[in-house]
Amino acid sequence: MGDHTIVQSETKSHVDQLTSPAGQPVTALRFEGDIASTSKVAVLGTYQALPKNGVKLILLDFTKVDYINSSGIALIIQLLIEAKGAGQKVFAVGLSPHFVKVFTMVGITKYATLTATQAEALAEL
Amino acid sequence: MSETKTTTVEVRLPSRMGYEKVAMGTASAMAKLLGFPPERIEDLKTAIAEACINAIEHGNRLNEKLSVGVVFSAGPHELEVKVIDDGKGMKKQPEKPDIDRKMLGEEDPRGMGMFLIQALVDEAEWVAGTDGNSSYVRLVIRLDNDS
Repeated sequence: MGDHTIVQSETKSHVDQLTSPAGQPVTALRFEGDIASTSKVAVLGTYQALPKNGVKLILLDFTKVDYINSSGIALIIQLLIEAKGAGQKVFAVGLSPHFVKVFTMVGITKYATLTATQAEALAEL
Repeated sequence: MSETKTTTVEVRLPSRMGYEKVAMGTASAMAKLLGFPPERIEDLKTAIAEACINAIEHGNRLNEKLSVGVVFSAGPHELEVKVIDDGKGMKKQPEKPDIDRKMLGEEDPRGMGMFLIQALVDEAEWVAGTDGNSSYVRLVIRLDNDS
């Protein structure tokens, strides 16, 4: 019997719409599980399926993410490249202190604003 | 006469993505036993994950007939980890990733694993075996480094 056990937990993602206290519409992409090389559809696919017009503020929610490796970080960078091209501003919330450090080390903080909570991100808008 | 005691634990992983988590779990357990603070344990877990991913993907080229060896050697004040694969090792160290070049499409968004390894542990060295059929990365994390 072949053994094809997958030990990376599947990445789940869903999208919802928020409004900041100042009345700005924000599209939230919420991830759950691991963000690794197997997460392309959940990360980039979900982002690319968003309506092309009208989305200017993106919030990436990592609160329920357990594990991010360098391949997962590369997917986030690809998302940031596309968001920059579309003139969108990106916030990342809910990262553990360790992944805040890692995202800072690789320079993601130059292209996305990291905040501890969604409320802090929305308050900046 | 005092003698430095070293405790060794070995794990063998299949060359299949995702199994780096087994090494991360072992590293976490050993580092806890040695008294490392939680933030250093997280650094170690990420560094070991990246070393194992490199070994699985590049060293063993995802060949499931080959395994990745992970040897943990705990001394009184440090933990050394060797991640061993059947590859030839690296010819040269990759350049430090540049986020601005990545954002401009001038550099592959990937390729940050080795940078993270070097940034997160106290020592990291890549060693090619003399027979051309094995290589390892050696990582050291020290208890007295509170960075």
